[in-house]
Amino acid sequence: MMDQNFEPEIVSFCCHHCAYAAADLAGSMRLEYPSSIKVIKLPCTGRLDVLFVLRAFEDGADGVMVAG
Amino acid sequence: MSIETGAEKQPIGAVMVVGGGIAGMQSSLDLAEQGFKVYLVESKSAIGGKMAQLDKTFPTNDCAMCTISPKLVETGRHPNIEIMTQAEVMNIAGEAGDFTVRVRKQPRYIDPDKCVACNDCADVCPVIIPDPFNEGLAPRHAAHKLYPQAVPNAYAIEKLGISPCRDACPANQRAQGYIALIREGRYQDAMRVIKMDNPFPGICGRICNHRCETACNRGLVDEPINIRALKRFVTDKVYAEPRPPIEPAERLYEERVAVIGAGPCGLTAAQDLVMAGYGVTVFEAMPVAGGMLRLGVPEYRLPTAIIEREVQDIVDLGVDLRLNTRVGNLDDIFEEGFDAVLIAVGAHEGIRLPLPGANLDGVLINTHFLRDVRLGKYENGSPDAPALGKNVLVLGGGNVAIDVARSAVRLGHAVQMACLEGRGEMPAHDWEIAAAEEEGIILHPGRTFERILDNGAGGVAGVECMEVASFSFDENGRLHVEKVPGSNHVIACDTVIFSVGQRAGLAFIPDDAGVGLTGAARIAVNPNTLAATRDGVFAAGDSVSGTAFVVEAVASGHTAARSILRYLQGDHLEPPRTPNLPVVRLSQGEIDARVARGEITPGARVPLPQLPVEERIASFSEVEGGYDDESAQREAARCLACGVCSECMSCTFACGTGAIDHNMVAQDETLRVGALILAPGYQIYRAELSAEYGLGRYPNVVTSLQYERMLSASGPTKGHVRRPSDNTSPRRIAFLQCVGSRDQSHDYCSSVCCMYAAKEAIMTIEHARAEARTGNGDGGVKCQVFFMDTRAYSKSYEEYYRRAEQKYSVEYTRCRISDLKEDPDTGNLLVHYSEPYAGNNDVVQKEFDLVVLSVGMEISDSVKALGRKLGIELDPYGFCHTTLFDPLQTSRPGVYAAGPFREPKDISESVTEASGAAAAAARLLAPARHNLTQLREYPAERDITAEEPRIGVFVCHCGSNIGGYLDVPQVAEYAQTLPGVVHAEDNLYTCSQDTIAHIIEQVKELNLNRVVVSSCTPITHEPLFQDAIRQAGLNPHLFEMANIRNQCSWIHSENWDAATNKAKALTRMAVARAIRLEPLATTEVTVNKAALIIGGGAAGMTAALTLADQGFPVLLVERADRLGGNLKHLRYFVSDNGINGHGIHLSPREFLAEIASKVKRHPLIDVHLNTEVLDVSGFESNFNTRLRHNGEVTQVQHGVIIVATGGVEYKGTEYSYGTDPRILTQLEFETRLADGDKNSLPSSVVMIQCVGPAEKYCSRLCCTTALKNALKLKHLNPHADVTIIYRDIRTYGFKERLYTEARRAGVRFIHFDFDRKPQVTVGSERDASLQVKVQDPILGRELALKPDLLVLSTPIVPSPGTKELASRLKLPLNMDGFFLEAHVKLRPVDFASDGVFMAGLAHYPKFLDETIAQAQAAASRAANVLSQETMLTSAQVAVVDPEKCVGCLTCVRICPYGVPQVSNSYHGVGDITGAAYIEPAVCHGCGTCVSECPAQAIQLYHSTNLQTLAKVDALFDIWSTTTAGFVPIESIVEASEMPSDRSPHDGSKL
Repeated sequence: MMDQNFEPEIVSFCCHHCAYAAADLAGSMRLEYPSSIKVIKLPCTGRLDVLFVLRAFEDGADGVMVAG
Repeated sequence: MSIETGAEKQPIGAVMVVGGGIAGMQSSLDLAEQGFKVYLVESKSAIGGKMAQLDKTFPTNDCAMCTISPKLVETGRHPNIEIMTQAEVMNIAGEAGDFTVRVRKQPRYIDPDKCVACNDCADVCPVIIPDPFNEGLAPRHAAHKLYPQAVPNAYAIEKLGISPCRDACPANQRAQGYIALIREGRYQDAMRVIKMDNPFPGICGRICNHRCETACNRGLVDEPINIRALKRFVTDKVYAEPRPPIEPAERLYEERVAVIGAGPCGLTAAQDLVMAGYGVTVFEAMPVAGGMLRLGVPEYRLPTAIIEREVQDIVDLGVDLRLNTRVGNLDDIFEEGFDAVLIAVGAHEGIRLPLPGANLDGVLINTHFLRDVRLGKYENGSPDAPALGKNVLVLGGGNVAIDVARSAVRLGHAVQMACLEGRGEMPAHDWEIAAAEEEGIILHPGRTFERILDNGAGGVAGVECMEVASFSFDENGRLHVEKVPGSNHVIACDTVIFSVGQRAGLAFIPDDAGVGLTGAARIAVNPNTLAATRDGVFAAGDSVSGTAFVVEAVASGHTAARSILRYLQGDHLEPPRTPNLPVVRLSQGEIDARVARGEITPGARVPLPQLPVEERIASFSEVEGGYDDESAQREAARCLACGVCSECMSCTFACGTGAIDHNMVAQDETLRVGALILAPGYQIYRAELSAEYGLGRYPNVVTSLQYERMLSASGPTKGHVRRPSDNTSPRRIAFLQCVGSRDQSHDYCSSVCCMYAAKEAIMTIEHARAEARTGNGDGGVKCQVFFMDTRAYSKSYEEYYRRAEQKYSVEYTRCRISDLKEDPDTGNLLVHYSEPYAGNNDVVQKEFDLVVLSVGMEISDSVKALGRKLGIELDPYGFCHTTLFDPLQTSRPGVYAAGPFREPKDISESVTEASGAAAAAARLLAPARHNLTQLREYPAERDITAEEPRIGVFVCHCGSNIGGYLDVPQVAEYAQTLPGVVHAEDNLYTCSQDTIAHIIEQVKELNLNRVVVSSCTPITHEPLFQDAIRQAGLNPHLFEMANIRNQCSWIHSENWDAATNKAKALTRMAVARAIRLEPLATTEVTVNKAALIIGGGAAGMTAALTLADQGFPVLLVERADRLGGNLKHLRYFVSDNGINGHGIHLSPREFLAEIASKVKRHPLIDVHLNTEVLDVSGFESNFNTRLRHNGEVTQVQHGVIIVATGGVEYKGTEYSYGTDPRILTQLEFETRLADGDKNSLPSSVVMIQCVGPAEKYCSRLCCTTALKNALKLKHLNPHADVTIIYRDIRTYGFKERLYTEARRAGVRFIHFDFDRKPQVTVGSERDASLQVKVQDPILGRELALKPDLLVLSTPIVPSPGTKELASRLKLPLNMDGFFLEAHVKLRPVDFASDGVFMAGLAHYPKFLDETIAQAQAAASRAANVLSQETMLTSAQVAVVDPEKCVGCLTCVRICPYGVPQVSNSYHGVGDITGAAYIEPAVCHGCGTCVSECPAQAIQLYHSTNLQTLAKVDALFDIWSTTTAGFVPIESIVEASEMPSDRSPHDGSKL
């Protein structure tokens, strides 16, 4: 069913203090993940408004990840 | 506690903090905040200390790096902290308030100001060593950053000094460097570093006398590295490739230099001079260039092609080479317009000894013969070469004589040699002599040459010789030979070739040319400058030194060129003095140790192929073959890398910012400071010294710190626990406690090992469970801890330890193991032990896959040396001596200590002490506050509110970190097309100083009003760029970053297009947000300088004095009618170092009297007795508090609050307490011992530990107090029988000594567990005795004790009323009722609410010295606020629009900091009274309230919905047309073509 080449577009909302720093470290360690994941920094995941998630889906995101 | 300084003399407002670990950082940050200049001296290349190496921290399991990292950044960026890395204190002079300290900074070889931490140097560094940061578990390069998050964020090069091979080489060839590169197969790079110092590598690779090999440390193991062969190998490899064209050097100067002689010396100098930008002409008399190399060294040793290649490489640089041009006269040269002349004519004149017959036909001279051979005259049958006979005799025993002889063999002649020296004394190399003999040359050593015999036809018949008995040279260099009488004989031959030396031909220098000669027909020069006696004339090479080796000619050529450069530039001719780098010479002992450690595997040289003799003598083909790749790399791998850094210079070529300087040397700096804080930390016990544990011998025995690195996600195994021997996942792990603690050589407890072992066990099991969840294992890992007492003595520790045991099934076994052995087949470890506390004395064996040694703390030799240099008192273990009443003060006034340097301790206590030490220093230096600190000045901000967005985008290559993996110029080009962007460019390093200056210029020139940088992470770099745009007159909030390195190039390094596209997307998203950025203002609030301290015990009084002595008014509120708290009840101190500032021992009561009197007398301390706090309003810097005193309510204003409300001894009904006067608490017992009748002392006492609430939390004091009182009783009544029934004796740190002392004194200890508590019966009428029944696990039976007294060790509980006070102040308590700090590790005395701090027993039970240190810490944190005149509120704060507020209280409930309040001063929706208000001074800017507000009445500045949604939209290339705020967005989007075909969204939520 699934298209073999399907690469889901993922929007990742990350807390400035922890998850964003973890993503930095992932880079320092040269870990790999698909380029279709894009990080948007929030001052805290508490700042995550449901509107952000809905807008991401509305715009065409296949998934939203919240990390904090 | 206070230090008297001269009243008039102002102290120095600077502090030196020694040690950049967490404690040193905390002291630095506190002092810098409080207005003092801080010099932070760190011995490593980055700060962070041990904490940076840890994986997690107990008891919260926070990631250590995540918690320390913000502190690192803060310390690194603080304008008043100067970090001095790789530095050590050398000496100190002066006194408290004014010290002069000399600090030595070791070279890091990379300028941290220029380094942008791009890693390019490490990428090319061929040197690989074990990484100390990873405790040797992973390799690291010599060029390195200590760890990824290191501060300063800069690389360093580990270099011990110059390797001996380089030191021995006249041309300073970096042999270790090219050897390292050969090992890596990087031949072009190897060639490059060779050529930096030597233009003739192919030549030297064949005929150099390689002094490097003689000096090589490898010779101490087996044989030196075959350096010469490796050099030749590289040239063969490189010269086999097509020769790349050589760019002529750029001519920078008019001046021209003439070089006479195209030998190695002259050509080297010519190359250097032409590269420096001068015109150079080389005059050569011969038809070929190369000098002796070309005309003296036979082809079979040095092929012509090599010489021609290397000469051509120089000529192509733009050297004018004139062959067949003999210089007739020096004056002609100057007349031709040359500005300087170098004479480098070599020594081509052979010497004909004045023997009878020396002028016969058939007598030849070496130099002429070799030249004729080399020019092919014999092979061509040229008539102008003198004919050779059948039997040739060469006279001489040097290398040239051998060359002559071997050449003659190759021309088909029978050859003999005769020389003065004996066989073992011949100047020729042994291998040359051996090769000559192999080729059939007959040697006649030890002969004189008496005369050459005439064959009667004017030719030669032979040489008459005599045997030499001995010979010597006198002081004039004249030869004296003692011949063997009657030994005359004739060596028959028809050709004689003299080969007894050469000299320069200097006929072109007339006597009147002004150039002086020496007696030995050499040119007289100044040996430093090589300047001859005539101005502008220099001489070098053999014509100055006599015959020497080619590498010496090269060295001489370099020296001459440098000298000529100085001459032409008008500088002083003498070379400038430069300090020498140390040479790394290894001793045999060091070598043996490295062999023993397995770091060196002995093995002889890799042999070189040689041409068979029969082939050799048949032609002039090269005799010696070269290595192939495999053998060269194998030989190169033998190098010991003596200097660590090999000086291969690859980093210098790779570095794009010119940050690398291999010539750096140590530098001393002298600084004036008012005080010093020593926080140098500890080293872990080197457990390899305890051979029984097998560390170093058994690969699967690791230290706890190595284990931390394994657990760390950024460690060598990326957080997967692996056995070092086979990289498998261990399933059975043993933790051995007290390795290097509580043993014969350490009489103290290291305080942290029990807890970190529990943490490591928990994390191991967590990791295994996580792996099982992802299908990578079954989660089946068992941890067993072998321990004596579990020292879980601090806040939440007991609970944590129980969690390990119960929730994670960690098995705790109370014993020291008896033996540990490795099973050599499996690498498993067999542990032998018995369990006496489980009633089992049989030794059992258990097998483990991995053993972790819980190593203790020690003070390193360098820290002990520091103590000696500073003249402070240390204990025999090197720990710093301090006293009870002033625990952070060393024995030298003005020098303070914090952290494990005083006593082993954990992070939170180290941080507490660090703040406390800062307070002690601040108290001393308060009059000099702000004297030496500076504030950065910025230009006035430009008002951009009326402007349309004009965005500048700067896209960074980050060297190759970004540019190597995606198309940076294309990203910049793309950015130029985005809405609002008026300028986009790409930069090699956007954060380098020159680019920062460039950005500032661009902002001004192009009138940019927003800046986007697409580079690395905002966490480290945003403040830098914000600062830059502030300097350009922009509000710092008009900046946005796209992280195209950490989130893009480093992640998608395999896919160029994907990475480029993602970088474009991230940049686009940043631009979309930037369009909507607004300038934000911070507001200033004036700080009220007073402190409110609640509680008048030791903590409150100490904090009060610490602040008041700095000039801050203090309101000290005490509920009771007098000051003192628990000091009023205490009768004895644990230790005998309760000494006051005058050296007098004080009892607790005397100490109380002294400190209470200071408090009462202090003009700035306002003591309110019998007073309670009713409530508090306001915020940090401006609090309003209502106090009640005798029913009367008053209001006070202050800037901070310190809560020091103390605790009390628990009194409950456990163990029949309260039913019988013979059952006492420890405090009651102490009072009785002190005040009671000394004649009626009890003769038997039983103590029970862990009573009541102490079953839940460890009260920390009780074990030590029990021992104190037991010993006191033993002292008063040595016959008294004392039994302590305990769970664990938790005498942490130096208190362990008390435990040892009690055992020695005969105190009996019986262990119990909570499931088998002792039973107390008070006695019946029949038997009135007090009885304690307890199961003794060691004896395996129940004991019934009948003591005179039963003493219960009851815990400290919070003071009555604590809960109520907490609710009045809105402060959190933990489950046991103690106040809860903001962060256990890093904010141990702060509340989460800003401006409120805690100290003393209200925080947790603790000893007096700990209370004093903590009170000082609380005072320091308070002073951070009080020392500011005004406070700046953050601009990123939540703001309520009251007109939308319905007063639903959602924000009030949801805010983690309790900031929002519904205030009647505001009116909400429909003008109802009461709307939410968020005080900007206290808002943390997390935005939780914004997202939760159902009415959408709140917005968070700098993180508005519009800004975030713009980013989401831009990710999908959707550009909103919504108008928002002041930004006329439509115009921007209309102005640029909208790239989206989708319908625009309404983003107008705000």
